[in-house]
Amino acid sequence: MLSRVAENIYWLARYVERAENTARLIRVNSHLVLDTPSGIAPGWEPLVDITGLRLQFETVEREPNERNIVRFLIGDAHNHGSILSSLAAARENCRTVREVLPRSSWEKLNELYLFAKENVQSGLTKSGRDDFLDGIISGSQQLVGLLGSVMYRDEAWHFSRIGRNLERADMTTRIIDVRSTDLFPDDMLESRSLDTLQWISVLRSMSGYQTYRRHVAIRVSRADVLDFLFHNPLFPRSFLHCISAVDDGIGKLENSGPALRGIRALKLKLRRVNVAELSQAQLHDFIDVLQLGIIDLHNSLAATYFPPELELEETG
Amino acid sequence: MPIELKEYDPGPFFDEMMAGKNRARPLAKEIIGLFRKMDSGELATRQDAANLAIKEMGITFTVYNENDGMIDRNWPFDIVPRIIEKHEWDRIEAGLKQRVKALNLFINDLYHEQKIIRDGVFPAEVLAESKNFRPQCVGVNPPLGVWAHICGSDLVRDADGTMYVLEDNLRVPSGVSYMLENRLVTKRVFPELFESYAPLPVDDYPTQLYEMLAALSPRNVKRPTVAVLTPGIYNSAYFEHAYLAMEMGAELVEGRDLFVDDDDCVYMRTVSGLQRVDVIYRRIDDEFMDPEAFRDDSVLGVPGLLRAWKARKVGLANAPGAGVADDKVVYAFVPEIIRYYLDEEPGIPNVPTYRCMYPEERQYVLDHLEDLVIKPANESGGYGMLIGPRSTKAERKTFAGLIKKNPRNYIAQPTLGLSTVPTVVGQCLEPRHVDLRPFILSGRKTFVTTGGLTRVALRKGSLVVNSSQGGGSKDTWIVETDN
Repeated sequence: MLSRVAENIYWLARYVERAENTARLIRVNSHLVLDTPSGIAPGWEPLVDITGLRLQFETVEREPNERNIVRFLIGDAHNHGSILSSLAAARENCRTVREVLPRSSWEKLNELYLFAKENVQSGLTKSGRDDFLDGIISGSQQLVGLLGSVMYRDEAWHFSRIGRNLERADMTTRIIDVRSTDLFPDDMLESRSLDTLQWISVLRSMSGYQTYRRHVAIRVSRADVLDFLFHNPLFPRSFLHCISAVDDGIGKLENSGPALRGIRALKLKLRRVNVAELSQAQLHDFIDVLQLGIIDLHNSLAATYFPPELELEETG
Repeated sequence: MPIELKEYDPGPFFDEMMAGKNRARPLAKEIIGLFRKMDSGELATRQDAANLAIKEMGITFTVYNENDGMIDRNWPFDIVPRIIEKHEWDRIEAGLKQRVKALNLFINDLYHEQKIIRDGVFPAEVLAESKNFRPQCVGVNPPLGVWAHICGSDLVRDADGTMYVLEDNLRVPSGVSYMLENRLVTKRVFPELFESYAPLPVDDYPTQLYEMLAALSPRNVKRPTVAVLTPGIYNSAYFEHAYLAMEMGAELVEGRDLFVDDDDCVYMRTVSGLQRVDVIYRRIDDEFMDPEAFRDDSVLGVPGLLRAWKARKVGLANAPGAGVADDKVVYAFVPEIIRYYLDEEPGIPNVPTYRCMYPEERQYVLDHLEDLVIKPANESGGYGMLIGPRSTKAERKTFAGLIKKNPRNYIAQPTLGLSTVPTVVGQCLEPRHVDLRPFILSGRKTFVTTGGLTRVALRKGSLVVNSSQGGGSKDTWIVETDN
């Protein structure tokens, strides 16, 4: 497989996953805001930091209010991480690798992009938001399901799986990070039940509530949820499961030494820490560590498999 | 309200379906019958369904615009097919094979002994001024002696019903992917007509193309590595490059994916290291193909590609230099070329063509600018033309100057009354002008597409069928008839 094609497929998978997870992120925050008394609700601003887009946000929007933040995350063309930009980038990447992907996957992605583009206005209204986000999430899942059921298990598949799971691992930590600030004073009477409600909404946003109840516990507690979302080996959106899939995919490639060392180091970092015992501040710092590990791993993949960066020609 | 054909008036032109107002030709009886039964709203609904299918299938072409940058436009398609009887098609197919065979002999001769010039059939000065003759290719013997492996020839039907060849595209002709996609869309739109008409299938093309390319492999391996070389996503035909690579199971590569090593072999950069490439279907013009041999400012090409080809370490289609026969002045000599090499009469006539290099013909052209179409030798896409009957006095003056300055660069032809086919306009059918581009593959054997790409000028009265200038396309059906 061509190095350029490998890179495009990897990013295609990452962009689609990013669009889906941004939709999940907005959905969990919407529910969080609805479930929280207005005086203590953290509002929407944390999302700007969690997605790592503070600088960009401040150049395009003035007020960090709900309307502006949602617009920025869903449809802003200047935000390269918005749902619409991610899908546009995925589509551009797909255009250049159409010949190696099943034909129906291009049609599906094209359809998803057109859905996002045509419905973005209604997605910005409060009443239309859920339908829009559901459309993005289910469109992305259809695409992943389609690839899973028809795609030949060659390098193209491995790179799409690596890209998707790396992005998912990253976004899982970001979604958990939405809850990483201490919301409630300890002496607050109803804080306990509010806390529970909000962990339920985190689980729901990752389609993990039902699984959690069946396989972990009926009672929803912070410690159990964190353990489930970081360490559970069987839940496909848990951090461990995602990076295990990345590990597996890399292991099937040639010349995988450097990237395998990177992924093993990341796994080791996860195994050494029991996230359930971390305070919110410690958790936030640990998530930073994991995210840096993901960046290192990406750099190592790029160095081994992707084309060398184009050297900019000198002008003048 | 049913669709009315009483007002359908092709005027002085030959209509492919209607012999007169409200009178269908025999081969169009059934489809016209279907339209007569159809509510006019339904026609529009089916056209909308086709447009939606094209949008969802992502069938696009790319246009570049200074204000908006790159735009990916949906492929404009008209649902009413163009139908040709098989017995007529058989004759056209034979004529095309004859033509391409002669053109390949001609190109090979130009790069070797140039017998046709010595024998006084083809003028040396035309060759001397040819923009597409590549001195770098002199003396090269490409595999199978073939230079133009893929040819797209444009056919038009005049008012009296005669089919003419308008031009031969031997450089990087495009459009075949749309021919294939048009069929898929039409099957969705008019399934009922497929039962009665049973148009001959077109989907064999990618297999034929692959086999032709594979036969150019310098290595005798079971499955040679074939790559389609594209200039990239900003090229107007990028969709087609990707499409053909996908259909053939070939690699789609850009120049930066390839490199030529000291052993003169071509390699592509893959995730598992370097991999040898055996055959390249290049969709980049000669000039940009290899900065080492041609334009050194090309960033699209692969340095050393010509060297690899000359060393017979890689197959190239079309061969570099094949474009020498893709020239509107050379076109004017094709009937002579066919007689010279094959000793046969052309199966399909050329459009009568005046060659401005000859004083007598030039004078005729200068005296009749108002009635003629003036074309520069080396432009494609309908650019740089003068359409006499629609030109202004100032335009004619400009062209007279251009012709006098560089007569070798211009030819002139009478304005043809291109035939028409009913085309959906809103809720009605109106006549629109069409041409036809079949594709001819030359390798061990010669293969002609079943029909080809029918291009249609969607603007009323327009004769310009190019997609970059408001043209669309139609499915083309070759059907067996009783007579």
